[in-house]
Amino acid sequence: MSIMEYNGGSVIAMVGKECVAIASDLRLGNQALGISSNFQKIFPMTDRIYLGLPGLATDVTTLRDTFRYRLNMYKIKEEREIEPETFAHLVSSTLYERRFGPWFIEPVMAGLEKTPSGAYKPFIAATDLIGCINFAKDFVVAGTASSKLFGVAEGLWEPDLEPEDLFETCAQTLLNAVDRDAYSGWGAEVYLITKDKVIKRTLKGRMD
Amino acid sequence: MDISFALTGKGYVIVAADTTAARSIVKMKVDEDKIKVLSPHLLMAYSGEPGDTVQFAEYIERNIRLYHIRNTYALRPPSAASWIRRSLADSLRSRRPYAVNLLVGGYDTSTHTPHLYWIDYLGTMSEVPFAAHGYGAYFALSLLDRYHDPEASVEEGLATLRRCLDEVAKRLVVTPEKYKVKIVDKDGVREVEI
Repeated sequence: MSIMEYNGGSVIAMVGKECVAIASDLRLGNQALGISSNFQKIFPMTDRIYLGLPGLATDVTTLRDTFRYRLNMYKIKEEREIEPETFAHLVSSTLYERRFGPWFIEPVMAGLEKTPSGAYKPFIAATDLIGCINFAKDFVVAGTASSKLFGVAEGLWEPDLEPEDLFETCAQTLLNAVDRDAYSGWGAEVYLITKDKVIKRTLKGRMD
Repeated sequence: MDISFALTGKGYVIVAADTTAARSIVKMKVDEDKIKVLSPHLLMAYSGEPGDTVQFAEYIERNIRLYHIRNTYALRPPSAASWIRRSLADSLRSRRPYAVNLLVGGYDTSTHTPHLYWIDYLGTMSEVPFAAHGYGAYFALSLLDRYHDPEASVEEGLATLRRCLDEVAKRLVVTPEKYKVKIVDKDGVREVEI
């Protein structure tokens, strides 16, 4: 029994053409016993950065609160919103602070980065539980279904997907991967982030 | 091990907990109240490691009361649950963590909605329509999946709770003989016989 698999749950993020998507399941369990089918793991950090926190559920809540506090402090000191790449390093150092008694979370983040020309560039990243960052160009996965997510995403993802195609790719990847994992599933939600809006969709999934 | 259930309905939360205090294989007491009334519209059923449970529950009770006295108004259920969760989450990474599982049920008098929170000793918290702790959970959760109705009246809610208690009585090897049942709604907390 691993502490990372105690509550279950998975998150995936994907890059598209001037858009990103991040999706998670909604299960909260106690090992094999399902407790809730409405446990959110993705949280908005700024208007265009979303953070997914799969792992031990107590740390999901604690870290969500920690990041809310740290981002509020950042906003007050800098008088601006944080940029995704800076945020990835904030996540990394927050986790590495607990190097020898870690938060049992593997964060996944997705956002749009403002370029000097004023355009928006898609950004995704993930870290391990002690904050080692993985800047990926295509997709990142984490959680109990991560091995299955890698397989499905590898098969379905392609470069420069338009927003609606990216949504479908991300949603289908998650839905089909969690069906092969007993600790993930029980419904899902997808955030599609484009330069002028963020669309949140809640999906029904298999309830077994 | 102690058993507790809770379910929400139309404008109320029902919280039930068995009343046995056991040590090893011996029943020491059969009328122990394991549901604390934290504020006029807030209930908390606690179970877990004997000793920790009462100590932690009283700590929570007094701090919620202190907040009420200082601010005239009591904490609303979501805020209270959030604070209780944080206490447990902080305790988890201390030298001697509390091993206490909770069901926090309350009625929000500002929005007129019932709230129920499932919290475990790790500090895991989730707002749920119905919940259970202990061995009872393995029997009751599937029953509640089938019979729970968020729009049910108090009578219907109690009938659903009755089903859970009967199932536990029928199938669990060590059955508690008595339960204490409390309801919180717009009029506050009251105890009912079941």
